[in-house]
Formats: sequence, structure tokens, C-alpha cells
Amino acid sequence: MSTPDNEREIDAVSGVETTGHEWDGIKELNNPLPRWWLWIFYACIIWAVIYMVFMPAIPGLPGAEGATRGLRNHSERVNVARDMAALEEARSVYFSRLTEADLSEIESDPELLTIALAAGESAFGDNCATCHGAGAQGARGYPNLNDDVWLWGGTLEEIRRTIRYGIRSEHMETRMGDMPAFGRDELLSREEVNDVAEYVLSLSGHSEDAAAVDRGAETFAAQCAVCHGDNAMGNRDLGAPNLTDTDWLYGGDRETVRETIWSARNSTMPAWESRLDDAVITALAVYVHSRGGGEED
Amino acid sequence: MDVFLQLAILVGCAFYAVIAVAQAGDSGMAIHGWFFLILFVAWIVGICMRYGFGAPVWDQTRYEDGIIKWGVFATAFWGVAGFLVGLVIALQLAFPNLFYFEQFGWTNFGRLRPLHTSAVIFAFGGNALIATSFYVVQRTTRARLAGGLWPWFVFWGFNLFIVIAATGYLLGITQSKEYAEPEWYADLWLTIVWVVYLLVFLGTLWKRKERHIYVANWFYLAFIVTIAMLHIVNNLAIPVSFTSSTSVIVWAGVQDALTQWWYGHNAVGFFLTAGFLGIMYYFIPKRAERPVYSYRLSIVHFWTLIFIYIWAGPHHLHYTALPEWAQTLGMVFSVMLWMPSWGGMINGLMTLSGAWDKLRTDPVIRMMVVSVAFYGMSTFEGPVMSVRAVNSLSHYTDWTIGHVHSGALGWVGYISFGALYCLTQWLWKRRRLYSYALVEWHFWISTLGILLYITSMWVSGIMQGLMWRAYNEFGFLEYSFVESVEATHPYYVIRAIGGGMFLIGALIMCYNLWRTARGDLRAAEGDVAEADARPAAAPAE
Repeated sequence: MSTPDNEREIDAVSGVETTGHEWDGIKELNNPLPRWWLWIFYACIIWAVIYMVFMPAIPGLPGAEGATRGLRNHSERVNVARDMAALEEARSVYFSRLTEADLSEIESDPELLTIALAAGESAFGDNCATCHGAGAQGARGYPNLNDDVWLWGGTLEEIRRTIRYGIRSEHMETRMGDMPAFGRDELLSREEVNDVAEYVLSLSGHSEDAAAVDRGAETFAAQCAVCHGDNAMGNRDLGAPNLTDTDWLYGGDRETVRETIWSARNSTMPAWESRLDDAVITALAVYVHSRGGGEED
Repeated sequence: MDVFLQLAILVGCAFYAVIAVAQAGDSGMAIHGWFFLILFVAWIVGICMRYGFGAPVWDQTRYEDGIIKWGVFATAFWGVAGFLVGLVIALQLAFPNLFYFEQFGWTNFGRLRPLHTSAVIFAFGGNALIATSFYVVQRTTRARLAGGLWPWFVFWGFNLFIVIAATGYLLGITQSKEYAEPEWYADLWLTIVWVVYLLVFLGTLWKRKERHIYVANWFYLAFIVTIAMLHIVNNLAIPVSFTSSTSVIVWAGVQDALTQWWYGHNAVGFFLTAGFLGIMYYFIPKRAERPVYSYRLSIVHFWTLIFIYIWAGPHHLHYTALPEWAQTLGMVFSVMLWMPSWGGMINGLMTLSGAWDKLRTDPVIRMMVVSVAFYGMSTFEGPVMSVRAVNSLSHYTDWTIGHVHSGALGWVGYISFGALYCLTQWLWKRRRLYSYALVEWHFWISTLGILLYITSMWVSGIMQGLMWRAYNEFGFLEYSFVESVEATHPYYVIRAIGGGMFLIGALIMCYNLWRTARGDLRAAEGDVAEADARPAAAPAE
């Protein structure tokens, strides 16, 4: 049977009265609320009220648009707009110099160069590193920007143009080169593709099948040389890579080269003109140019 | 009567499953339709075989304990499963190619992560809550569970929901709401189960033989009622068709975000806090054999907690499209929540007064007391992180992950482990656990694991926050995002080690529970029975 409330007892250990209730052997002491607990609770409530007086808090009051702004007239939107404007203002001094400067001047002006490299490194990390790697080292299908192999040109002006308009992007000025999918689109047979691959491998000394190389050379002259050149040294106007070196964007093993000829690659890069302002694009060009393989005009 | 009604519901569901299989709008629904069909038919056959067609008689002089034994098993099983998946995804964050196979989409972090969160919160935590609530409400009302066969419906129905949810995640079926990923049909099923759970609980309270309702039951009831409300509102959705595994949530934009975090934060407040406070209020005084410290404190902190918690959700949306007045609301209510939360900590810790020596002699008590200490720490850290200025540093960083896990591993995990140790000993009527030395091992390995976990996430999180906001002298970001990812690697390794230790501790516990249930006593620890804190075995006592 439950214990009536008037059967309160004193807990021997603590000397505190119980409430007289008992459930499955569990009793309750009739201790008061701890004072420190109560006072901190009150303090938090008072603080909450004060905070609501100073900050946006009460919606739907007459006269207040949306909600009260509080005594501090606080608005995060206003703050963001103000901070952005301040940042643009602070940057505008050297950004305008970057935009106006002749590209060739930037690298010879130590102050401009420092600014361009700082801005370029930061913008590279946020926009380019996703594909080209944090150290610009590249990855399969994404060129290494630290070496002196350039698909579209390695001068400051060429790099800037690539960044600004992209590669096979939607921009009108984009860099464009369109390698056909020779096998998939049935321009060449499987055997012909294999022979051309053999020929391409021979250019960097990686073929062992002389007969296939000879057959491939004929097909190459008829189909590939128009872009890659008679000597297969490539053509930067079309982004056609040099096939005689040992640098490969997708891989230089036999299977990969065959696949490249069969399906073509035609990888893309976005046009950054619409996303980054001119000064940042210039800074990025300087940064990439400085990575080790930059070419002079 | 109750058996027939239950059979009718199950037959109806099986009928739906047949349609779902026959008319499945997508491959996910086809698989789930078969799942439903097999499980519901097995269930129907099981009931028919067990009870034949004679009305079963429920012996009101005995407690319904069979279901709680199943609950102990399910809690331990899902706990280990959930911790294991957690360890896998922790390792995937440190070593992205680990256990990832391109041809098996389900090994992707994106599918395993909800599997982990749902397994630990709903499968492990939910089964712990259902089992302990059924145990506690019977003991503290001196009445057998109401509803005859319905409590069993709650247990099996809830675990069916878990299986459907978990397989759905692996199949890629999700409505993309965090902690509420299951699709509409799983949600509907859970709603049915949950309403039955509420009715069973209320029915048991209704026929109680005690005049007053014990504080643990207030918390359990608040948990059940509020979760029902949160679940229904947040999951309101319109299915693409009744045989499609896809639906469209009725909320959109910032309203969806706010509803989601009203749900998400109160899942923490009412599932992981209120429910587990119910566990604390029974198992700590029972195990310590001491009265609850303050009845008045339990009343005041219960009502303040219930009232204030429900408003705190917007603190998950600081510096977003959510109007600022709503952010203020979430923040001030989170700060006011500090003391109501600590009321539970005080009542838990101070109940030990007069029995502090048990911290040394009984590792189960120590586990539960450390649990309450983690509860106190997390519920202080939470209000701090809800302050906008702090949040601007902490949000979206690993600090949040560390905060969650000090609550999840420390508070929820340890109070559940304590309850499992007690329940196994009491339900299987053993004089003591198989081995207290193994409980010591469990305690120390897990505690070290938790400390490694949360300290590594604190360091990693604050480092991320500082790196993301660092500007150089020209006003450009000092670090790219990928640099901050690289910098977190060592902390992710430490975190995985901590999580692995927590898993090892849980496995030690499972072994210990199994040996205890079998009736073994580890010989080396002598034949000393502890003071008999066993609860009454039957209402009549």
C-alpha cells in the first residue's frame, strides 16, 4: 500500500524529512531548491529579457516592420553588406592597380607582385584547388600547373585568357578544340585505333610493334596530324597536346591511349569571368605563372 | 479482443505489402514491399501459433517481464551495431577509401552516416527507453503493463521500423531530413506504433496501485507525447504514389529548416534527455539505495525543462535565412535552459549523498554517476554554443560533433549501460553480475575512449573555426577549405581510436551480460552477493 503523506519520516543519513511517498522502495527527500541553482536560473531569465530588449526579438508588433530591431538596431543583413563594402573599399586601392597595370609590369613591381601572389594563392585555394590540387600539382585529367607543359600556352596573357574564358566552356570566347571520338563514332576501326595508339606510343619510345607503328603512322598523317601536327608536337591554338613527350594528362599506358583515341577526352574548365572579378583573375594568372613553368612572351 | 484487433492491423499491413510488391513504383519499394510482406506474415503466423484462437489470459498478479528481456537484448545488439557503423564512418573520414567500393553504393559515407545516427539514437536509445519505461512504469505503479498483447506490438513494431529505416538508408531511400530520414511509409508505421506505446503507457498509469505518479514516469510520458508530436509535424509529406518510396515534404524553404530543427533539437531534448532522465530517476536511487535528493527540485526542473526546451531549436540556424528575431528566441531559451537541465544533474548526483563510497565499490553506480556528470557538461556546453558569437566560431565544425558525442557516449550511453547491467541482473534474478572486474574494464576503456573522442573534436573544431575565419593582411582567406581538411586528419584518427575503444567496452559489456543471464559467476571474484537492491518481483509483494 502507498504511504499516506502524513507518514513522513526523517532520513537517517541526511537528517532530511522525506515526502512520505514511496515507489518500489524509492523515497524522496524534501530538500529545498538549491539557492545557487535558483539564483542562476533567475539571472539567466533576466539576461534573456535584457538581450531581447537590445536585439531583434519580438515579431508582429504594430509599427515594427517584421520584428523589433532592439535598442542596438541590429541587423545581420546590414552588417554583412557593410563588411563586404568595407572589404571592397580596402581592396580597391591595389585591385585597381592590378586591373590597370600592364601584365608584364606586375612581376617586376615587388609590391604589386606580393599583392597578386597573396590574392592569387587565396583565390586558387578556394576556386581551383578542387580540381588542380592544393599545390597545383594536378590530377588525372586535370593538368599539373607547376611544370612547363602547357596545352593552351604558358605566358601570362595566355594563362589569363584560359582562366577568364575557360576551356570548352559556355563562354563565347572560350578556348575550343574538339577531338573526335574516332572509335565510338566509327571514324576508325578497332584495329586502326590500336595502330594509331601504337604509333603515338612509338613517338616517346614506348612501342615494340614496328609493323603496327607503320600502319598507325599512315592513319595518323591522315586523321590526327591536322591538329597534332605532322611531327605530333601539338598545337596550342587547338589545345592539341604534344604527343612526343612523356607527359600525359590521362595516362600514357597502351590501354589509356587507345581509350583516349576511341572516345576522346575533351575535358572542360569553367569560364571564371562571371564568378571572379578582373583583378582576382589577373592575380590568379600571376600566381599560376609563378609556379615554375611560366613562359615569357 | 486485443489479439483480434492487432491481427486485423497486421493483416491490413500485409495486404498493403502485397500491393506494394505487385505495383511497386520503384525498386526500393519492391524490396521493402517484400520485407513488409515476409515480416508481417511471420508476425501474424507467430501470434496465431502462440495464442491459437483462444483468448489469452494476462496474469495481473505478475509483471510483464518477457518483453523487457527482449528489450535488453535488442538494446545491446543495436548498440554494438550502431557503434560499429560509427567506427567505420569515423575511419572513412580519416581514410576516405576505407571500406568504400565504387560498385557498392551503400558503402558510401552518405548512406552509412544516417545508418549510424539512427542505429544509435533510435535503435539503441529507443529500445533502451521502451524496455526501461516498461520496467519502471510497472514497478512504480505496481501494475502489470496495460493492453495485454499490445506492449509486444510496440516492441516488435518499433524494431520493424528500425529494420525498414536501416535497409532504406542502404538502398538509398531517404527524405533527406536529418535524424528523420525514413520515408513516408516507415513514418506512418512508426506513428501507429508510437500511439500504441502512448496508450499502453497511459493505460498502465491509469490502473496504478500507487496514489502518486513517480517522477521517472513524468519524464517517460513527456518523452512519448512530445516525440509523437515532433515526428508527425516534421514528417508531413505527400507520397508520389502509394506504391512509391518517394514523397514530397509539405514544408519548404526556411519554414522547412525551422520545422526540421524544431524536430531535431527536441529529439535531443525529449528523446535523448527527458527519456533518459526517466532512466536516471529510477535506476540511480534504486541501485544506490538512497532516496531521491529533492522532490521539489524534480518538479521545478521537470516543468521548466519541458517548457523551455521546445523553443530552443532555432539556435541551429544562426546566421541563416531564418529571421533574426527567431534566432534570438532560440538563443535566449537555450541559455535559460541551462539551470533546468542542471536540476536533473543535481538530483542525480546528490542522490548519492550518504552513499558516495559506492562509487568505489560498485562500477555500475560509477558508470551512471559519470553519465550524469557528462550530462551536466553537455548541458552547459550546449547553451554556450547557442550564443551567436560562439556559434559563429563553432557552427559547422567538429566542435558540434564533439558536443553531441559527449552527450551521446557519456550521458545516453552510460546511463543505458548502467540500466542494462541492472536489468540483466534483476530480470534474470541473479545474485550479482557475472564479473565486476569486467564492468571496471568496460568503464575505464570506454571513459578513455570518450575523452579521446571529445577532446580531439574540440581541438579539431576550434582549429577549423579559426582557419575558416582567418584573413591575411590583404583581406583574403588565409586557408583554403582543403587545407583545413588536411589539418584535421590527425584528430580524425584520434577520434576513430576513441570510438573504437568505446565499441570494445560495449563488447565487454555484452559478454558480461550474456554470462550473467546464463547464471554464471566469475569464480575469481568470490561468491559474495551484494546487498540486495533487487526490486519487487511482482505487484502483489
